[in-house]
Amino acid sequence: MRISDRIFGAVVILGSFIYVMAAQGIAKPFFADPLGPQAFPIGVGIVAAICGLVMVFSPDEEPDWPEMRSFLSIVGSTILLIAYAYSLKPMGFLVPTAIASAVISYQITPAPMRAVIYGLGISVGLFVLFKFALGLSLFAFPRDFFG
Amino acid sequence: MEILQNLQLGFSIALSPWTLMLAVAGCFIGTIVGALPGLGPSNGVAIMIPLTFSLSLDATSSLVLLTSIYYGAMYGGRISSILLNIPGDEPAMMTTLDGYPMAKAGRAADALVISGVASFVGALLATIGLAILAPALSRIAFEFGPGEYFALYLLAFCTLGGVASNNQAKAAFASCLGIAIAMVGLDPNSGTPRLTGSNLHLYDGVDFLVAIVGLFAVSEVFFFIESHGKSGASNVKLGKVRIPWRDIFEVRWVMLRSSILGFICGVLPGAGASLGSFMTYVTEKGIAGEKGGFGTGVPKGVAAPEAGNNAAAGGALVPMLTLGVPGSGTTAVLLAVLVTLNITPGPMLFVEEKEVVWGLIASLLIANFVLLAMNVPMVKVFVKILEVPPAALMPAVTMISMVGIFSLTGSYFDLILVVAFGVLGYVLRKMDIPTVPVILGILLGGKMEKSLRDAMVLSDGSAWGLIYTRPSEPTNPSMIASGLLIAAVLGFIAPMFLRRILRKPQRVSD
Repeated sequence: MRISDRIFGAVVILGSFIYVMAAQGIAKPFFADPLGPQAFPIGVGIVAAICGLVMVFSPDEEPDWPEMRSFLSIVGSTILLIAYAYSLKPMGFLVPTAIASAVISYQITPAPMRAVIYGLGISVGLFVLFKFALGLSLFAFPRDFFG
Repeated sequence: MEILQNLQLGFSIALSPWTLMLAVAGCFIGTIVGALPGLGPSNGVAIMIPLTFSLSLDATSSLVLLTSIYYGAMYGGRISSILLNIPGDEPAMMTTLDGYPMAKAGRAADALVISGVASFVGALLATIGLAILAPALSRIAFEFGPGEYFALYLLAFCTLGGVASNNQAKAAFASCLGIAIAMVGLDPNSGTPRLTGSNLHLYDGVDFLVAIVGLFAVSEVFFFIESHGKSGASNVKLGKVRIPWRDIFEVRWVMLRSSILGFICGVLPGAGASLGSFMTYVTEKGIAGEKGGFGTGVPKGVAAPEAGNNAAAGGALVPMLTLGVPGSGTTAVLLAVLVTLNITPGPMLFVEEKEVVWGLIASLLIANFVLLAMNVPMVKVFVKILEVPPAALMPAVTMISMVGIFSLTGSYFDLILVVAFGVLGYVLRKMDIPTVPVILGILLGGKMEKSLRDAMVLSDGSAWGLIYTRPSEPTNPSMIASGLLIAAVLGFIAPMFLRRILRKPQRVSD
């Protein structure tokens, strides 16, 4: 079927179309150079659309996509990393880092005890490295934890 | 004799204890980075950048540290190729073809030593080549105006796909994607916001480091999650390390030829080390013919790609330093470092920042000897490091990447972007779309547009301004610009035909 390349190519064409539209909407400045701020992005969008067309009409072999379980692990890890990004400041460095590393470690090799040990080790080790060897300003725990 | 004077200046900087220590540390870290599967030279250097900034090193020191890591990674990549049949980084792909069969036949130690010596020969000759060619090329670069630069950028993007990628449309799309991302932000010529979707975070554009850490490091983590780290654990035993003098003597011409060919591949903008190892392997295979036994575990098949990729690594520094056009993903990262340190690569670098350039070249010469010592007598140390399980390594890589970016920019938005680029990188790599052109596009897209627009200003909006680059001589076309444009078109079309002739050799499976 070779459906992946065709779908991806269609997405590329659609994306390029939106991109070119957006580029046409760029406000023209008063004193523009001969080419102006629109032409180059529009050109890039058109070339990308041509590449998309090639992918639709001469697709490659199907890539081996992961099975459902691996796919869900990857989606889960993505959500975890986003949550990690938001928790870094309010919750301090140590706890979110330990949890995030332990979960990722478990996803790679499902050994719960070892994942917890790796998580704690990575969290404390990196904190020491970043804070004391490299002098980054990190907070180990939430700042208002100790008042 | 100018070069000797310059080298003397370089060594006076490189031999200071501090710089020397950084070079040795860089070589050590680099070899580890290269040896560990899942940590290639580009993301190894990328995640080291925040650390370099927090050590507040000056330009020469940080460049010495990072290029030593780069050279070290090129040496280290072969270790896991030979022992695990997994390339430690992309250029080491070709080394698996003969390295792993040799290891299975009980000659793992010999393969490591031969490839280590070949790496040394390739890297040393390339560093000497860099010292000779770069100043000469920088003199030509003074002739470059915006039209010539535009042609050069176009050449870099057209040759990026090259023979090493499988589908020209996909390689071209990757470049477009990178350039398209580079357009986001304030227009440098007029100051109007472009394609930001009114999101204030995007007014500064997308940070290059965010993209590279996401595309390389985070996407690699996803690959490990998918395969559940199954790929670890060596089943090859490493015996006592002896130096196989006979084999090394036998491959002397292979090393020499491959170094020269690899260096040329590296100098071509956009081509890089992967092309170097690919071309040298295919060439030597052709020279040896059927009875050469390539693919069954012969010393020549290990020496050729290793000399080639290390020579290409040195060669790739030539266009990066003289023209500001990197020849590979890792040199793109190094270019980004230079720009962040307020040093503009280009011909002026060789006039104004002599200490930086020659200090770097001298350090690289020293680094090569350090690396030879680390990679031949001390190779067992690095083999031990391969035993670190992915379940401990990959979470650490993720966290270093995230915290490194956070410490540089201090913004949540950038962390979210890192994750987004990680997902993008995973999908692109699954679809067999190369990620290096995306990186180069983000880094060079803005400059490419600027040079095109400046050329159009000079020619008053006429497209002929790309060839007739000097308005004062309207009948005299620029040989450099037209040559580069022709090379760009050929470089894009030729691989489509060459790909049928030069079949990519397949890796042996157990």
